[in-house]
Formats: sequence, C-alpha cells, structure tokens
Amino acid sequence: MLVYFIRRLGQSALVLVVMALLVFVGIYAIGNPVDVLISPEADLAEQQATVERLGLDKPLWEQLWLFLVNALGGDLGRSFVHGEPALQLILDRLPATMELALVALVFAVTVGVFLGLWAGLRPDSLLGRSIMTGSILGFSLPNFWLGLMLILVFAVYLQWLPAGGRGDTVDLLGIRTSLLTLDGWSHLLLPAITLALYKTSLVIRLARAGTREVALQDYVKFARAKGLSAARVTYVHVLKNIMIPVVTVIGLELGSMIAFAVVTETVFAWPGIGKLLIDSIVNLDRPVVVAYLMMTVFIFILINLAVDLLYSLLDPRVRLSEAKA
Amino acid sequence: MSDDPQSAAPLEALTGLPEAAPPPVVRSPLSRLVRDFCASWVAVLGLAVILVIAVVALFAPWIVPQDPYDLSQLDIMDGTLPPGSPAYAFGTYWLGTDIQGRDMLSAIVYGLRISLVVGSVSVACALVIGSTVGLVAAFFGGAVDSVLMRIVDIQLSFPAILVALILLAIFGNGVDKVIVALIIVQWAYYARAVRGSALVERRKEYIDAAVCLGLGSRRVLFRHLLPNCLPPLIVIATVQVANAIALEATLSFLGVGVPVTEPSLGLLISNGFEYMMSGRYWISFFPGVALVVVIVAINLVGDRLRDLLNPRLQR
Amino acid sequence: MNRTLAVLLGGALALGLVQAGTAQADELVIGVGSEPSAIDPHYHNLGPNNALKEHIFDGLIKQDAQQRLQPGLAESWEPLDDTTWQFNLRQGVTFHDGTPFDAEDVIYTIERVPNVPNSPSSFGIYTNAIESMEAKDPHTLIFKTPGPRPLLPTELSNIAIISKETVADSNGGDWPKTEGFNDGSLAVGTGPYKFKEFVKGDRLVLTANADYWGGAPEWEQVTFKPITSDGPRVAALLSGDVDVIDNPPTQDLPRLESDPEVSVYSGLSNRVIYLHMDQHADETPGVKGTDGKNPFKDVRVREAVSKAIDRKAIVEKIMGGVAVAAEQLLPQGMYGASMDLSVEEYDPEAAKALLAEAGYPDGFELVIGTPNDRYINDEKVAQAAAQFLSRVGIKTGVDASTKSVFFKRRNDFEFTVYLAGWGAGTGEMSSPLRALVATPDKDKGYGGTNRGRYSNPELDAKIEEALATLDDAEREKLLQEASELVVKDYGILPLHYEVTSWATRKGLAYEPRADQYTMAMSVTKAD
Repeated sequence: MLVYFIRRLGQSALVLVVMALLVFVGIYAIGNPVDVLISPEADLAEQQATVERLGLDKPLWEQLWLFLVNALGGDLGRSFVHGEPALQLILDRLPATMELALVALVFAVTVGVFLGLWAGLRPDSLLGRSIMTGSILGFSLPNFWLGLMLILVFAVYLQWLPAGGRGDTVDLLGIRTSLLTLDGWSHLLLPAITLALYKTSLVIRLARAGTREVALQDYVKFARAKGLSAARVTYVHVLKNIMIPVVTVIGLELGSMIAFAVVTETVFAWPGIGKLLIDSIVNLDRPVVVAYLMMTVFIFILINLAVDLLYSLLDPRVRLSEAKA
Repeated sequence: MSDDPQSAAPLEALTGLPEAAPPPVVRSPLSRLVRDFCASWVAVLGLAVILVIAVVALFAPWIVPQDPYDLSQLDIMDGTLPPGSPAYAFGTYWLGTDIQGRDMLSAIVYGLRISLVVGSVSVACALVIGSTVGLVAAFFGGAVDSVLMRIVDIQLSFPAILVALILLAIFGNGVDKVIVALIIVQWAYYARAVRGSALVERRKEYIDAAVCLGLGSRRVLFRHLLPNCLPPLIVIATVQVANAIALEATLSFLGVGVPVTEPSLGLLISNGFEYMMSGRYWISFFPGVALVVVIVAINLVGDRLRDLLNPRLQR
Repeated sequence: MNRTLAVLLGGALALGLVQAGTAQADELVIGVGSEPSAIDPHYHNLGPNNALKEHIFDGLIKQDAQQRLQPGLAESWEPLDDTTWQFNLRQGVTFHDGTPFDAEDVIYTIERVPNVPNSPSSFGIYTNAIESMEAKDPHTLIFKTPGPRPLLPTELSNIAIISKETVADSNGGDWPKTEGFNDGSLAVGTGPYKFKEFVKGDRLVLTANADYWGGAPEWEQVTFKPITSDGPRVAALLSGDVDVIDNPPTQDLPRLESDPEVSVYSGLSNRVIYLHMDQHADETPGVKGTDGKNPFKDVRVREAVSKAIDRKAIVEKIMGGVAVAAEQLLPQGMYGASMDLSVEEYDPEAAKALLAEAGYPDGFELVIGTPNDRYINDEKVAQAAAQFLSRVGIKTGVDASTKSVFFKRRNDFEFTVYLAGWGAGTGEMSSPLRALVATPDKDKGYGGTNRGRYSNPELDAKIEEALATLDDAEREKLLQEASELVVKDYGILPLHYEVTSWATRKGLAYEPRADQYTMAMSVTKAD
C-alpha cells in the first residue's frame, strides 16, 4: 500500500512539473503582460524599464530556470498585477471556492441520493420516470446558462436573492467563511445550486442504478423476509450499499467542481480562485496562472488519494495494491 | 455540466463498460436496435429534433433571411428590435435583432451550425485518435499499454474545462482552435473505453484465430477488433457531441471560444446577457433555448442508446 | 434581502447565524466594476488605484472633477524661472497616525516613486523631469527641471504623498514594500478617509478621517465592493445591496433612469475612442485588393473613411446616446481643444467619390482590429464602423480579441486599422497629441501609442514648441493649432468621447468626473 502511494505521488509530481513548464511557456507566447498593465501614458523608455523590473527582459530559458529554482523553495513567483506572492493570492481566495464546492457537493449528494433512491425503488412509476428524464435535463443545461437564468429570475425579477458577490464573512479559526451569516447564505445559494445541478443528476443516476441492483440482492430480500420495515431496509441496507460508487465518484467530482467553479464564479462574481484564474489569464499574470494550476493539481492529487483510502474503508474487498494492476 | 472527462468513471459504472458485449443476435442486430429504439417516443422525438436541426443548419444559407456574418447586410438603425418587428430588407425579424441589427433567427441558425460543426468534428477526430490509441494499447499490451494508459490517466485527471480554457488562452480565438482544443480534451476518453472493451474481446477465440492465420496486426486491429468494440463507443460518442457543444458554448461565454464576428450559440447568449436586465430578453433567451434543445435532444438519444446497448440492464 | 428567504434560512439555521449588520445612515457601499490592484499609491498607475489613493492620500496638487488643478498639500506654487518651481506647503497637516507633514515627506515620496519593486506601471513618468529637490524650509520646496516643464504641477498631482516617519523603517532601511500598504500598516496618508480593511476580490473598507484638513468627510464608513459583471452590478443596486455603482451598462440606462428609486449621473470624460490607420509603408497587413498598395497613405482615402462613418448613429444606437460624437482628441472646453473644429458630417456619397478619385472605385477589403474588453462597447463600435465602411464599398471585417492579445498585436503593427481609446490623464491636449500622433521617438518620449505611425514634421514642431512654453494662454493656442492640423490631415479618426455614468439610490447624488474615477468624495446626500 505504501509503495502504491509513493508511486502515485511520484507520477503526480512529474505531471505537476511538466504541466507547469508547458503553461509557463504557453503564456509567455501569448503576449507581454506589460502591454496590458502599464499606463498608456508611459513612454517607450518607461515601458522598457517596466519589462526589466518584472524580469521579462531575460531570455525564456532563464526565466524558466529562475522559476524552477524558486519553485523548489516553495516560491511560485510574484503576481505581475498585485506584486504579491502568487501562492498567497490563491490561498487567500481558496476558502471562498472550497465553501462553494462543498455546499454544492452536499446539495448534490443529499438531493441526488434521495431522488435516485426513489426512482430506483419505483422505476416504472410516473415520478420515477420523471426523475430520470429530469436528470437528463440536469446533464444538459449548460452551467453558465443556468446561472444566468437563476440570476434573472431570483435576483432581477423576484429580487429575492442577490445577483452576485460573496456575503458577510466571519473569521472562523483563521479562515473567513460566509457559512455562518444569513447574508452569506443568501449570496451562496444561487451559485451553489448552479454548480450542483450537474453532479446532482449524476448522483441520481448512480443511486438509481445502484438501488435497482441492490434491491434484487439476496440480503435485501432476506431483510425484507425477516420482516424489517421498508424504511429500515431502504435507509440502512440499500443506502449503505449504493453509497460506495457515489462516494468514489463524488470524491473525484470534487476536483472537477473546483475547476467548474471557474464558470460559476465568473457568472456570480464569486471571489474565489476560479475568478482569479480568469482575471489572471486576461492580464497575462503568468505566476498566478501557473500557481493556480499547480495548486489545483495538488488538490486533485490529495482528493484522489483520499478517495482511494475511503473506498478501501467502505468496501473491504478492495485492496489498494490491486488497484494499480 | 456535462463536458467532463472525469465523468468517464460514472459512465463506465452506468454502461457496464468495459465488459460490454454485443447483444445476443436474434434477428439482424441493427433492425432489432431500431425497433427497440422506437419503443421510446421520447428518444424518437429527440432524434427527430436532431435531424430537423441538422437539416436546417446544413441548408442555413438558403433558409435564413440574412447572412448574419456579412456586416454590409446589417444596419445598426435596426438594432435591438423586439421579436416580430418588420424588417425593410425582408419580411419580419421573427426573433428580434441584436445591437448590430442582426436578425436573431439567422444568427441562431448560423450559431447552431457552428455548434454542430464544432461538436461533431471534434468528436469524430477524438474518436479516431482515441480508439486507435486504445486499440494499439490493448493489442500490444506490455510497455506500450502502460505508457499509453499512463498518459490517458494523466489527461483524465484534469477537468476538460480547465485544459480547454488554458489551451485556448494560449491559442487565441477561432473555430478551428476550439475544435483542436476539444479534440485534445476528449481523445483520452475514447482511448480508455476502447482499450477496455478491446481487452475483453482480445481474449476471445476469433482474435486468436485471426492472429494464427497470420493476418497483419493492422488488419486484425481494425477489421476484427474494432467493429466489436463499437457499441459502447457509439453511446459515448453520442453523449460527447452534446458535451462538446456545451463546452464550446461555455468557452465562448468565457470569451476564449469563437470570434465575435462569427458568434456561436454560447457567444450569442453571452452577448445578449448584457441586455437581459433592460428587458431585451430575446437576444440571449432564444439562443439559450436553442442550445438547451440541441443538447437535451442529443442526450435523450444517447440515453436510449445506452439502455439498449448495455446488456446488464436488459430485461 | 427578501423576507421569505430570511425566515426560511433563519428557521433552518437558527442559532449558528450571526446577523448581518444593517447599513447605517452615514455608511456608503459602492459597487465598482474593477478593483485596485494594490493599496500602495505608487505601485500601479491604473484608474481604480488612482481613484483609491485620492481617498487615503493627498497630492501636493489635486485635480477637481473637471481635472482643473486645485491646491492640495501645497497651498500655492509658481515658476521662479524657466526651470525652477517653488511649492508652498500647507501647515499643520498630520498623517492618519499623527505624524506631521512637511517637505521631507515630499522629498522622500518622490525619491521612492521610481523604486517600487515589481511595479507594473510606475509613476516615475511623472517625477523623472525633476532634476533636484531642495527644502528651503520645512514648508517650502524648490524643484529644478532640466528644461522648461509647464506640465510639472499636473504631473505632480498624480503623486500621493506618504509619511516618511511611518514607512521609512518598515523594510530594514530599504524602500517600503507594497505588501505593507496592502495589509494596512503603511497605508497612512493625509487624505479624507483612513484605511480599515482590504479583502481582495471582496471588499475594501475605509473610515472617515475626522481631522481632515479639508473638513470632515461626509461618510463615516465607505465600503467598495468589486462586482465585475455589469448585470449583477446593476442588480446589486436595484436590490439595495449597494448605494452607488459605477459604469452601469449603457443598455440599462433607460431602465435605470425611469426607475423612481434610482438616479443616474453622467458626465463627459477625457477619453476619446478613435480609429488609427497605418500610414507607414506600402506593406500593410489588413488590406486586400489594392495591388499591394497601402491606401491609407492617401489622405483622400482617410477622408473617405471618416465621411463614411455615421458617428451620430453609433452614439445613438450602439452607445445608447451615452457618448458624444468627437471632432478631435479631447472634448471642447478642456485645455487645448480647438473651438473651430466640428464633427465630420456623415456623407457616404462624398466618401464613394473620394475613394474613386483615389483610384479605388470598387473599394477594397479591410480588417479592423479591436479589443473586446477594454472600452465601453468597443467591439460593437468596431462592428458598426465596419458596417458603414462596407456600405461605401470597403468590404470590412472585424478582428476582435481580448485586450492582452490585442495590445500585443497592435504593438507588433499587425493591424492596418484599429480601434482604441485614449484618456488624457493630464486633462489637456498635449497628452493625446504627444502619445497618438507625434512621430514615434523613444528619446523624447513621443508617439508611444502612435501605432499607425503617422508622421507630420509640422505637427511635431508645434507640439514640441507647446511643451516648452510656460505661458498658459500661449501654450493653449499652440495646442489648438496642433489639434486642427492633425484633424484636417485625417491623421487619426476620432469617433466619440466616452460619457461616464454612475447610478445611485434615490437620495444620493454623484458629481461626474472627467477622469472617470469613482470616489466616495463625489457622493453627496441629495436632500
């Protein structure tokens, strides 16, 4: 098992480095951030001075080398725009994104499992069929369009909820969270639903498929025969068994949620790392883009490892050493 | 959102890949498939919608009243007219106009065209590249297999949206560039699926027989192995067309997709959203409806195909 | 916030919630489209940063809403001779932390300006004309410049004065770091508001400086919330989340104006949107069908293009009436703008005739480059211009890209014709003339943004003469002549001046600013 983890980590580290290099060179090719950042009033001499100040006059290989050397020491460079360490900028904004992703995840799992269970237990009922057809709609609605429509309905026409931004935050153990204020929740609701819809449909389908399979298993029949109440059979025996695929998939999907937050955060002006990424791409703020990607990949790696662990705990038949085969 | 390579995992869980095998032959498999498919009126409706849209998109230049990309045909004095306004050059702006005086109906039809082209071309290319890689990996096994599959794993560990976003930020705007980016984010998906089913097929006697007969490996790969891996591929490809269309729309919405002078549905929605608050809903709303209809239709068909081609769920 | 939801959520989450504080009468929340990249006033010469620094800091001289110079930390100033200026500083002013203000702070500030690490756009361009500084006494400063520098007071109005006593020792004897300002420890100025809190991407909070030398400010507390998307920013105003927003999208203005709960304030800005044309060589990338010739070297073609574009229609339909058709590079009424010029009449027939006369009876093919996220409706204006050109036979396409890509390509001369904008930071005519149409010359600092490479020796001479003339009336006349020269030669085609708007909740008033800055000082209670 240890060997397995070390191997995985080694691969991941390699990926991290290769990707950082590719993106570094790629953004270098797009343009010169000074063109965007500098005041138009600056004359040619000042433009040149700025390029030198940001270290952009050095040849690409030298910039790359400096980046790698610094990166080994944990320094991913300073933002061209903000002049602060790129990693710090990202860490400052990470709580907002994590908060959004976690709420969306909880929403997706609870609603998804509940509806999926229902559809699985009564697959031919009208409601069961409607849930399944509805889940296709959930798959199909593009994230950004859903967000726009929610803003239009709930913020513009009904004026029930704010159209964007993050609400009041509270300092909780050094992390700013908006989960403890009413204002925070009112801002969080629409973006979280937007982000959650696709995953909810996914969970519905997984839960339904799982339920249908499990419901035919002997131990469920046996439990029924033993005279256990339908509720107990459903919520203890069936639920426990369909959670295995759900947990795996959701674990993996947390990573993609963080990535998809890019879209949701743009629509709702949510001050998370996704918004930062878009802004940084627009401004060619290379250190921040590279740091964002390295950070995201790092989070993915952690999540994948956690999922592997969780999976082996939930299902004793799985042994991690086999997974690599 | 449905354009995520990580949904590889759930899809496999749902379709029962990679153990998928062709359904037992009773009559001609194709006619059986058609009959079963038609049993679901929702899926038939979806297919009908797709066909209509495809025909409209194909013959767009002869159907729509205006070429929305030809600036000399537009007149800003006709800008932001509501649906049903009279047009001087032709009958009526049925769906209104945008700020440039562009007929929204024409723009949507042309936008559909771009969306469908991007979706189908990128899926077709990714399918070819991906299945070749998958077949090669499965057939040769060993080091070839592990290297190729490692690359696939790595690729799949990144969300498609992120990869495509970065790629396009580097490439710049353009329909061709969007297609290339979408191919890059999709191929690994097919590679994994094909390798999965090919591994199962490879253990069967007819492949051994073909190899023993001394047939070339290319012939065995493409004439014998590939056809038997097709059913799951068809399912994935169908769903992926919808995903690719949605992804293109999202990228265009973020401003890194198609150029502004050739708006796809995503860009039309994005452009129009600025006008939504002021009550000029039609600029954004109708393209949005068109986009959702296309994606839902394709997904309905894909869903039905998945049910039919997945032996585990057959009753 | 909505009551139903409040009750709903309140019920569900009962005790764990902290009730959000309700806004006080003297608190102001402003929703801004873009936020400053730093609190450090010398870090980034950028609109939002400059607007912010006016709150926390003061310059020696301040610019009012029309960009006229007003006394700031200097009560008065005058040239002693062609190359010497005397500034008389205000007495009895203290910084927010109580340290007194004197000439040493000014000297320290001006020395620090070019020494900000990683600065992406230095303020050094405003101080590099100062050859030497001398404090005659703690409240009298002498500046020396190498040659006549009539714009020195204007340039110094961009420099925020920081407290030497507070910041000098913050970085072990080295120049103070930008981070120190961002976390608030060094963000100590003499301005009307004090720094309270800065959470990037989320909020920036300031509180009143009751001891301000110009009188206590109107608001006890001011919060800036960045809401970058236009729609949500408007929605935030309508739902009462914020009291003021800047740059409401032009398409929403009619609706906002008719809303009884909202007031809209608009004012002409110093920013002109223009088309620049490659007039350098015969080889030009964006033209087809001219047998390899560059048509824009011919003044008749430039005039035809100018006459083919209906500026008033663009203002009316694309800008929603919230812009003013332009006749030169700075609106009339501002310093150096000619009063004798008028907006080019829309005359497609004359344009066709001119094209035929120039040898292009059937027109040619052209691509206009434009950014799509830099100016108000930028790429839409370019598309409209392309429509008009197509109608006189110049078959025109639009190549729009995001600003980072656009500026790189423009600076690499990839466009034959491009759309861009220029805001005159100094509020007078020499700024656009020197940057946009003077022959590029790195040593003189001319033509930095003249990417059409227009070159007119007569014009260059006029500009140079103006910039060495200390007499205000005489300099203005020279600038007016220069402006007429370039407009009549169609060296650049001004399209319109941007009008900047602010929307407030009823009961508040905003004094529009030509520099487009969004400032709490401009917001007043409209009884």
